[in-house]
Order: sequence, then structure tokens, then C-alpha cells
Amino acid sequence: MISLTSPVRTRAHEWPAKLKLAALALVTMGLYLIPELWQLGLVTLFVIGLYALPGRVFFMGGMRRLAILWPFVAVLAIWHIATATYLDGVTFLLRLICAFGLANLVTMTTALTEMIEVIRWLATPLRRFGLNTRALELAIALVIRILPSLIENGRRLVDAWRVRSHRRPGWRIVLPFTLNALDDADHLAEALRARGGLLESKES
Amino acid sequence: MERNVVMIALFTALIAALGLLPKLTLASGIPITAQSMGFMLAGAILGAKRGALAALLFVVLVAAGLPLLAGGRGGLGVFASPWAGFYYGFPLAAFVTGLVMERWKGGNVGLIAGIAAVIGGIGALYLVAVPYYIIAKPAGLGESLLVVMAPFMPGDLIKAVITGLITGALYKARPSSILSRAGVAA
Repeated sequence: MISLTSPVRTRAHEWPAKLKLAALALVTMGLYLIPELWQLGLVTLFVIGLYALPGRVFFMGGMRRLAILWPFVAVLAIWHIATATYLDGVTFLLRLICAFGLANLVTMTTALTEMIEVIRWLATPLRRFGLNTRALELAIALVIRILPSLIENGRRLVDAWRVRSHRRPGWRIVLPFTLNALDDADHLAEALRARGGLLESKES
Repeated sequence: MERNVVMIALFTALIAALGLLPKLTLASGIPITAQSMGFMLAGAILGAKRGALAALLFVVLVAAGLPLLAGGRGGLGVFASPWAGFYYGFPLAAFVTGLVMERWKGGNVGLIAGIAAVIGGIGALYLVAVPYYIIAKPAGLGESLLVVMAPFMPGDLIKAVITGLITGALYKARPSSILSRAGVAA
């Protein structure tokens, strides 16, 4: 499964995920404390500069990710132009680009396995409240395993629909899709139980 | 236990897969994806607790960096926008949808699922998403309703209706698969 981690290795890939996440949380909160627009502008340039540091491929990849912000930027721009609150609008947009840009940098420089390790670490105290962390790990692995086969099943259903109809397959496809998935889930649960299941390995 | 874990994982994957369905563009020009219907379905089919866990797992995996959101989006960046209230609201949406299904026994399952989806998937979701926008941006109520709620509302109503139709049809085909109705099913 493709994750959003950048294939271009940077120095930040080596830094511990927990540290990057803690720093991100602090810096994002700090963005709200910057009083002047020009200062926020400088920070925005700095964030974009960070994307440029590891080279062209990383920069272009990062900018493509940031492009998903455009619809939001457009909606907000229309609102602030309509209400003539230009300064508020620009301040907010710059802050949004900084916060999104920094968070995206953490995602691009942290491997999925490291992130999942952090999730496991965060979930550990919940064991006291009866959370089975092994079940959580299994569920994560199952999602990653099930998703491609679900997509494949969906593709087959769409193909089957197209053979029979010239109309586009719409929401009707969701019913057989869900039925198939539910049946597969039953088999999977049985197979897990047959292999010892979760109960024996439950951690105290 | 195993079945619960598998069902939760399955619905997490299902929510992701629904994000891949072709987009439907409304008359207003705003594209809607089937993804948020996944949260309604998770609640309506799995019930409150399992539905919420499936939604929570989805949100956690998106944060961890899997591109599971519609359009292949994901990662921590999406949580930085003032619209992120939707992501925090999804587990609650599934929970409330499931709760309505569990509490409202008897009657037409499809109809109840549709109403549950409206209460949970729309009511509870916007109860988180709108205040989140107001605080995170910060913005007034008028702007929030116009920018957060109005664009998605027509699509959400359509999705609630479809959730009802699908849950009703599933109940006919596999009564035991509607876990929110376990014990009521024949």
C-alpha cells in the first residue's frame, strides 16, 4: 500500500517521530501568537523554503500535496472578499498554509511504521481501561490487507455493471459490494479464530 | 471478539474504498463523494460502539499518513484546516447513528437507518464540525454555517437516504449482518 511518505530521503527522516509530532503541535499553536501580517508572511516563506531544501523532486511532490488546499482557499477568499475583511482573510490563509505545510512535512518525512509505533505508544495507557492493544494492531494490519482486495472486488462489480448497462454504475453498486465484503469478513473471522484468535494472546 | 475486530477493520477499509467511487457533482457545482456515507453505514450496520471504533480507526490511519481520504488525501496536514472538525466528528457521527439504530427497535429497518443517518451522520457531525470551525478559524456563526454546512448538506441528505436503502436491503439479505439489530434479527 502506498503511503504519503516521500521517497526522497531527507535528514528529517532520521529524527524520531515523537519529537517531530511534539514540535509540530507546539509550532502550530505558536502560529496563532504571531501578531503581525509581515511576520506571518516571513514564516510562510520559511515553510516553503523548507520544502525546497531537499531538492526539486521533494519540492514538487510537496507542492502537489499543498494543492489540495486550493478549493478551501477559494471558498475562503470569496467569503472575505464578499465581506470586505481582507486583512483577516490574508492572515488566516497564510496561517492555514503554514499549519498545513508543516504538518504535511512531518507526514512526508515519517515512515508509516514509525507513525503506527507512535499510535501503539499512545494507546498503551488505555490498556488499563480494558483496551486490547493487540486487537488494535491486528485491526490496523487487517485494514491495510483488506483494502486492496475490496478495491479489486469493487472494480469487478463495476465491470460487471458496465457489461450489462450503458448507464454509469451509481450507488446501487454499494449493496452487492457491502454484501461481498460482509461475507469475506465472516470467513476471515472464522479463520482467525481457527488460528488461535485474539483471546489467548490478550495482554494483561 | 475476532468477528468484532474483523468487522471494525472491514468497515474502516470500506469507508476508504467508498472514497474511490466516482464523484457526483451537484447542481451547485460542489462534488460529493460517497466517503462520508461510509460513516453512516458503519454506525447503522455495526451499531454505536463498533461503528465509532471503525470511524476512529479510519481517522487515526489517515493521521498516520495513509492516503485514505477521497482523492488520495491524508496525512497530518488535513487536520490543520478549520474543516478538520469533520474528521473529529466522524466517530461521533457513527456512534450516534448506531445508537439510534440500537435504541429504536421495531419498525422498518431501512427507514430507521435513514433517520439514524440524518441524526448521527448529519446532526452530530455538524454539531462538531461547525463549532470547530468557529474556534479554529476563528469565525462567526453565519460564516461557519455558510462555509461548513451549506455546501455539503444536500449531498449529506442524499447519502442518508442511500444509507437507509442499503441498510434496509442488507437487513433483508443478511439479517444477522446488521449487528446494530442483533437480537432483534430473526
